[in-house]
Amino acid sequence: MDTVSNAVHYVFLAAAACFVIGLHLMNHPRTARRGNTLSAGAMAVAIGGTVWLVVHESRITSTGWLVLVSGGLVGAALGLWAAREVKMTAMPQLVSVFNAVGGGAAALIAVNDLLQADHPAALGARVSLPGALSIVIGAVTFSGSLVAAGKLQGLVSGSPVVFPGARLLNVLLPASFAVGTVWLVLAPDSTTALYGLVVVALLFGVTMVLPIGGADMPVVIALLNAFTGSAVAMAGFVLDETALIIAGMLVSSSGGILTKLMADAMNRSIMNIVIGGFGTGDSAPTAVGADGAPAQVRAISVDDVAIQLAYARKVIFVPGYGLAAAQAQHELGDLAKLLTEHGVDVSYAVHPVAGRMPGHMNVLLAEANVPYTQLKEMDEVNPEFPQADVALVIGANDVTNPIARRPGNAISGMPILDVDKAKSVVVIKRSMGHGYAGVDNELYTDPKTGMFFTDAKKGLAELKAAVGEFVG
Amino acid sequence: MNNLDLLTAITVFVLSVLVGIEVISKVPATLHTPLMSGSNSVHGIVVIGAMLIAAESHTWLGYVLAFVAMVFGAMNVVGGYVVTDRMLEMFKARPAPGTPDKVTAGTRDKEV
Repeated sequence: MDTVSNAVHYVFLAAAACFVIGLHLMNHPRTARRGNTLSAGAMAVAIGGTVWLVVHESRITSTGWLVLVSGGLVGAALGLWAAREVKMTAMPQLVSVFNAVGGGAAALIAVNDLLQADHPAALGARVSLPGALSIVIGAVTFSGSLVAAGKLQGLVSGSPVVFPGARLLNVLLPASFAVGTVWLVLAPDSTTALYGLVVVALLFGVTMVLPIGGADMPVVIALLNAFTGSAVAMAGFVLDETALIIAGMLVSSSGGILTKLMADAMNRSIMNIVIGGFGTGDSAPTAVGADGAPAQVRAISVDDVAIQLAYARKVIFVPGYGLAAAQAQHELGDLAKLLTEHGVDVSYAVHPVAGRMPGHMNVLLAEANVPYTQLKEMDEVNPEFPQADVALVIGANDVTNPIARRPGNAISGMPILDVDKAKSVVVIKRSMGHGYAGVDNELYTDPKTGMFFTDAKKGLAELKAAVGEFVG
Repeated sequence: MNNLDLLTAITVFVLSVLVGIEVISKVPATLHTPLMSGSNSVHGIVVIGAMLIAAESHTWLGYVLAFVAMVFGAMNVVGGYVVTDRMLEMFKARPAPGTPDKVTAGTRDKEV
């Protein structure tokens, strides 16, 4: 190793340390942005170091420079455009697309390395094993993430797509890429094994994600994020780059933890989600209205709700996916601001799986200028419900359903928000439609619950106007 | 690469896993989405790998693979950091209630 490559490796080490510190700073809303900036700066320095290394080694051809610079500019422009234009509600799709390209890049690097080796047969398992793993994990992530993004965007059906033989394929495909991996390790110069592996892994990504329902996409995205990390780490083994190994595994293990936290919040195992559960059609609706008759609900008008809110001392908002779908977070923020100014104690109860990613609801509310001090997590807010004069539920269904406390139904055991313990409950919802779990919500038929049937955005704007009349 | 190097690489691998678990398990749920997006941009480090293969390529197939890998990697790294910053900007401290809000919800979207 000469001086320059030594120096560059120290730069990479410093960058890796900054990634760790950067992620650590994301522990608190106050320092999170600084952490991200630090991490981005470290990345820029690492890229600069790589350019230095490439120039110093001077083995790159002019076509190589053209490829490097033009590819970098095109990718950066695409990334910048997507990141600036995306709506906050579409964030999970974008994260999923970035997962896809990250995994895709890792797979391509491994493919390239195995193809370019001057004497491929001389490649030891030291390169061909991580190479094969990088290809498999990277390609599965690539196609799987694109399908996940497609489902969230509505391009692919959000409901589980199951075709005859799908389950069989999901057993056969992993078996065949296990075989392909062994084959490639034994014969690193076999292009048949190489391309076969790519195709099989791409197919598996599709058949793995297609049968998973839209409700489980957040967990799937977190899982694919972890996959991308390990694909990048494997590419690091192929290229002998410690920086890729550190950063990749950092993401992989943190993604794994996030996946687990998320699955725990839904009281389900990761296996259960990947194999299929909620929204797969397997769990038939279990609850029916009392005696099979349509359950009785009490519909209330905008003025009724406004009076309750205006004269309440404590109001807890319970935002759910319906709020995000209607993009009504600004209207909710405005209503909350009006109530706060009027002296009402306002807080938001955020269930860990509200929205479409862990913490997605917090991002949406932050977009609407909601102070994060008013955002309360489930364990913190649950004891406060009995003191709340009004709990206003906006488009949250399964996470408020009291039947989760009883055994024998699709959501049994799932931790829920204790909305039913509030003195009075108002639910804003467009219809009596079911949530993802497909079960009736007992909260709606509770005598102290009023149903305000309307679109979340329109309804909240009307409410704000009506409350304004009472307090103004 | 000799055996000691491989051992070092595996040591780094294992320690990184442990550090990742340690760092993340303390993050509040409020920040899970920015965090996922932030760690997403960290795996954009793959762009370095793409640069290295671009530097080593000498066949047309190699150039094509390196180009696509560059596009993917650069998109991951730039997009990841920008979108995470955009999200975190929303978590910044608010002016105390009562003082006029200069940045209103309506203009915020266009501004970022």
